[in-house]
Amino acid sequence: MAQKKGGGSAKVADVADIQARDPLQAVLLADSFTQRFRPITLERPKVLLPLVNVPMIKYTLLWLESVGVEEVFVFCCAHAKQVTSYLENNGSFGSPSFKVTAIESNDSISAGDALRTIFERGVIKGDFVLISGDTVSNMSLTQALQEHKERRKKDPLAVMTMVIRQSKPSPITNQTRLGNDELVLVIDPESSQLLYYEEKAQHSRGVVSIDRTFLADRPAICIYNDKQDCFIDICSPEVLSLFTDNFDYQQLRRDFVKGLLMDEILGYKIFTHEIHSSYAARVDNFRSYDTIGKDILQRWTYPLLPDVLSNGNGLQVKVNRQGVYKASDVIQSRSAHIGPLSLVGEGTVIGDNSMIWNSVIGRGCTIGCNVSIENCYIWDSVTIQDKCKLRHAVVCDGVVLKTGAVLEPGVILSFKVIIGEGFVVPAYSKISLMTQPTKQDSDEELEYADSSTGAIDSPSSTGMENDSNGVFRSKSLDSPCWDASEVGVSGAGYLWLVGEGAHEEEWRQSVAPVPADKLKEFLRIHEDKKEVSSPTANVNPTSGESRHDSGSVDDDEDEKDDDAYFEREVEETFRRAVSDVPGVKLDNVILEVNALRLAYNMTVSDCAGALFHTVLKLGVESLSGTSRGLFLNAKEEIVKWKGLLKNYLQSEDDEVEVLLKFEEICLESLREYSPIFCSILQVLYDEEIVTEDAILKWASEKQGADESDKIFLKQCEGYIQTQKTAMFQTVTVS
Amino acid sequence: MDFQVVVLAGGTSKNLIPLVSKDVPKALLPVANRPVLSYVLELLEASNLKDLILVVEGQDAALQIGSWVSGAYADRLHVEVATVSDDAGTAGGLRAVAHHLTASDILVVSGDLLCDVPPGAIAAAHRRQDATMTALLCVPPVSGPSESGSAGGKDKAKKPGPQNIIGLDSSKQFLLFVASGAEVEKDVRIQRSILRAAGQMEIRADLMDAHLYAFNRTVLLEVLNEKPTFQSIKLDVVPYLVRSQLKSEALSSGEPLKEEGWNENGTTQNNQSYISEQHVISTHGFLQQRLFGSNGLIGAPKMRKCCAYIAPKHKYCARLNSIQAFSDINRDVIGEAIHLTGYSLSSHNNIIHPTAELGTKTTVGPHCMLGEGSQLGDKCSVKRSAIGRHCRIGSSVKIINSVVMNHVTIEDGCLIQSSVVCSNVHLQERVILKDCQVGAGYVVSAGSQHKADSLARKEKA
Repeated sequence: MAQKKGGGSAKVADVADIQARDPLQAVLLADSFTQRFRPITLERPKVLLPLVNVPMIKYTLLWLESVGVEEVFVFCCAHAKQVTSYLENNGSFGSPSFKVTAIESNDSISAGDALRTIFERGVIKGDFVLISGDTVSNMSLTQALQEHKERRKKDPLAVMTMVIRQSKPSPITNQTRLGNDELVLVIDPESSQLLYYEEKAQHSRGVVSIDRTFLADRPAICIYNDKQDCFIDICSPEVLSLFTDNFDYQQLRRDFVKGLLMDEILGYKIFTHEIHSSYAARVDNFRSYDTIGKDILQRWTYPLLPDVLSNGNGLQVKVNRQGVYKASDVIQSRSAHIGPLSLVGEGTVIGDNSMIWNSVIGRGCTIGCNVSIENCYIWDSVTIQDKCKLRHAVVCDGVVLKTGAVLEPGVILSFKVIIGEGFVVPAYSKISLMTQPTKQDSDEELEYADSSTGAIDSPSSTGMENDSNGVFRSKSLDSPCWDASEVGVSGAGYLWLVGEGAHEEEWRQSVAPVPADKLKEFLRIHEDKKEVSSPTANVNPTSGESRHDSGSVDDDEDEKDDDAYFEREVEETFRRAVSDVPGVKLDNVILEVNALRLAYNMTVSDCAGALFHTVLKLGVESLSGTSRGLFLNAKEEIVKWKGLLKNYLQSEDDEVEVLLKFEEICLESLREYSPIFCSILQVLYDEEIVTEDAILKWASEKQGADESDKIFLKQCEGYIQTQKTAMFQTVTVS
Repeated sequence: MDFQVVVLAGGTSKNLIPLVSKDVPKALLPVANRPVLSYVLELLEASNLKDLILVVEGQDAALQIGSWVSGAYADRLHVEVATVSDDAGTAGGLRAVAHHLTASDILVVSGDLLCDVPPGAIAAAHRRQDATMTALLCVPPVSGPSESGSAGGKDKAKKPGPQNIIGLDSSKQFLLFVASGAEVEKDVRIQRSILRAAGQMEIRADLMDAHLYAFNRTVLLEVLNEKPTFQSIKLDVVPYLVRSQLKSEALSSGEPLKEEGWNENGTTQNNQSYISEQHVISTHGFLQQRLFGSNGLIGAPKMRKCCAYIAPKHKYCARLNSIQAFSDINRDVIGEAIHLTGYSLSSHNNIIHPTAELGTKTTVGPHCMLGEGSQLGDKCSVKRSAIGRHCRIGSSVKIINSVVMNHVTIEDGCLIQSSVVCSNVHLQERVILKDCQVGAGYVVSAGSQHKADSLARKEKA
């Protein structure tokens, strides 16, 4: 580092030289291709949503201009018209050397498509900055750019430099303060090359597996859990062609970055640049909207601040003590209080005894008397009548809250919603005048597809796309069919339902902080996990004799996971077969199960075990209560499926495996079977599913086990004894 | 210093056959004409650690080592010799002497260690962090000999892969992950909980575990009792301790996390969090905060902190655990690591005992050692080699890059290159040895040539 600084002046000239030949370009994606900001984004593109009263895209464009980008291609997709008209009206971004060009596309459904479209246009000539239109940053790009160019000179395969920043995820929820999932990065400390990128880490297992080959040619690697991806990338033109070559790349991180890291043939490399003191963050969800908003008010993003940005256009916003920003023409009652870290926009009127803390109020709002607003984001022209209470809410343009309305934490009110008198909007509600698109596909791929086209897709909003305001109003007047239980008497708006699974996750990325009880719950889970895992977590592949009994925990955990998945899949396959056709085609089931076996790398006996489990489950389901009934049912099922089972019982060992599995089932999942273990064993034998040899082998295998493990063995002792004598007899006879 | 020292001297290591035998246990192998164990003992003595428990595998070896120690260190050290069976392993050795351990911290040293890192430094680091375990890590001397220009044609190009994979926190004080290279098949698997607690982890493949550990006695004994299957300190005990570092924390983390600014239920949370984030950056990292934070709690069990002491680059550190290492160490100790021996070099950069006799036109090059009473005939050449006591070497013998132990007879015209010749060996005329090891008492017949062979007498069964 010191060395670089030493030769600074010469290199600056060098960079300037390069820039003279190739103007620095940027691609700004004015569409996030996600649905996180719905329902608001049905009516307005995300990049135009105000963040502390300034559209997000403005932060990004100002930053791009400040770091010396000369040409920006704004890629618009959903609500392209709105974005282009914004760019036209606000096109005078300072110097003439900063050119903003809009590229419209209607058929792009992902960042990958967007980049492919840009490649087709052939407008990118050199290295470019790839950024999303919702990024707030004040970092200097000079050094990162210089590093990138130097690397490129030495190694043409270094195609991308990613900007990262320190951000420690919460130890409790394992998400960062921007509401993102924790990220695991592996970086070579010497070259800062990125070797591994794993997001959504908490969904995976308790271990991070790092390819050993990373260490083969370097002495050390660093694993980071406390870094945040700023989503600012310096890319070489190859990146665009890579997207074109790999037409299945959709997302920048999940597909492109991982794809490059996995691909060893082409050998493209990605590098990182860590920023330490400057700010960079992306508004990715409501949590980050809140966090970044607060960061702006706390002036971390200097010079992108409300008072600086308001300079020159119209009325000045002034900073007072305790981070209170007020436009000069705000009319505030003497008894009203504006607390720390708040902003009140132009033309807003605040009535008597109203209290505002940590909130942003837009332009032209009317706030009545005795209103309390805490940690809220209230956009323009909102009317809040007397005695309303708002906490941790986002309130869009033109919303009306009638007297005494209450917004609980996490509420999102989209444009022009009206909340009736005294109505309490429950926590995490999302209310919009638009109806929720009924097509809610949980499949992730489709989700992106859905979101990208945004409003166009959903039938209810098609009309709105062209001229939102006009159609809107007429509609709301025409159809006063709002449900009073959703928005209160004389309210307006539809309550958006969140999917079953989604609701669980709602609090994670809501504008409201994680509620205390959730945190407690998490702590409890943590402890439970620790207690559960601690006895096993000890073991490790050990030397010598201890190896076999300890095994690696992690392996165990992994395998258990795999086992569970596999079992579930087999069960589902089997059940499909059972329910679909009356006369099930056995061959098809076998075929499918075989496919699963290969996919999960399981043995034949695993298949047998899983199928047997399912058969027993079927037996329990058509249950008639008594153990006798259970036995009959189970017997029926076993007889019915014995052909299938036998297909997987090719050797004695497989049969023993099934018996062991049976035992496990009786102990764990289907305890109903434990009293009739012996009888079922008898059935299995009678139906020739297991041979006597297998039973005896199982018995002898169990002989050495703990007492607790021998329950079933004891249960069957008599039976086995008879088997033994029978066998002995046959032997002696022969 | 309330430290008890356990020296694990081993027995007759299989790795070192044919250098070791019933008569010469590993600990008594000569390094620069002194038993290797003496280096450890003197290192400990230099740190004023004079009460030692010496654990030896095997009865015979114990007797030999015991008599040597009592002879050599009678008035200087107080050494108790404990005998364990041949297959006890390092952990077994500790188990055997467990009832002798009374001090609050135990220093465990392997008897085959040659290093100049004062054990006091490790002990101090251990105490400073109030750790459960502190391990000495060093950059292996692989780079040392190779840069010293081992022109002997050693093919070190093929690296056997990293021996140890070690994870450290950002301050390089805490040990977060340990695996031996052999154990790691394809992936390095790291517990996510430790990574989460630490935030970042540096995985190093260039560090060697020097087998010098400081343990907290209570925890060590607890582990040894609870896990009777543990055999090796390095492979079982240390990884276990490293993995279970966060275990006891589960109990303590119930309440204290409230104060960390991450508890997001206050209205001021957001105001604070950025600041706290900045704060975290400025400190060593989260692990430490957590570690220190949890100490202040009433009734919170102590964390099992595992620390690492990384030897400074210029320190010498090596373990005599293979034949290759034996040759390397001998060469290093007579060469650049001469300070370990306490000998002083002559003006020719070599050490020739005053009683040694050299014939005419015989040259002994730099980095050589010639023991007491050895005789060299005419026109001999010795380069980068150590020759023991009372050897009789004929004329026109060349010894390059080799170790010749005591009472060896080498007749005229032999060539010994990159080999180890043990005590009482007789090399008849014109023997040529390259990359060979000759076990004690072996007779190599005249004119024979050997390359990369291991020659030893058949042990009488």
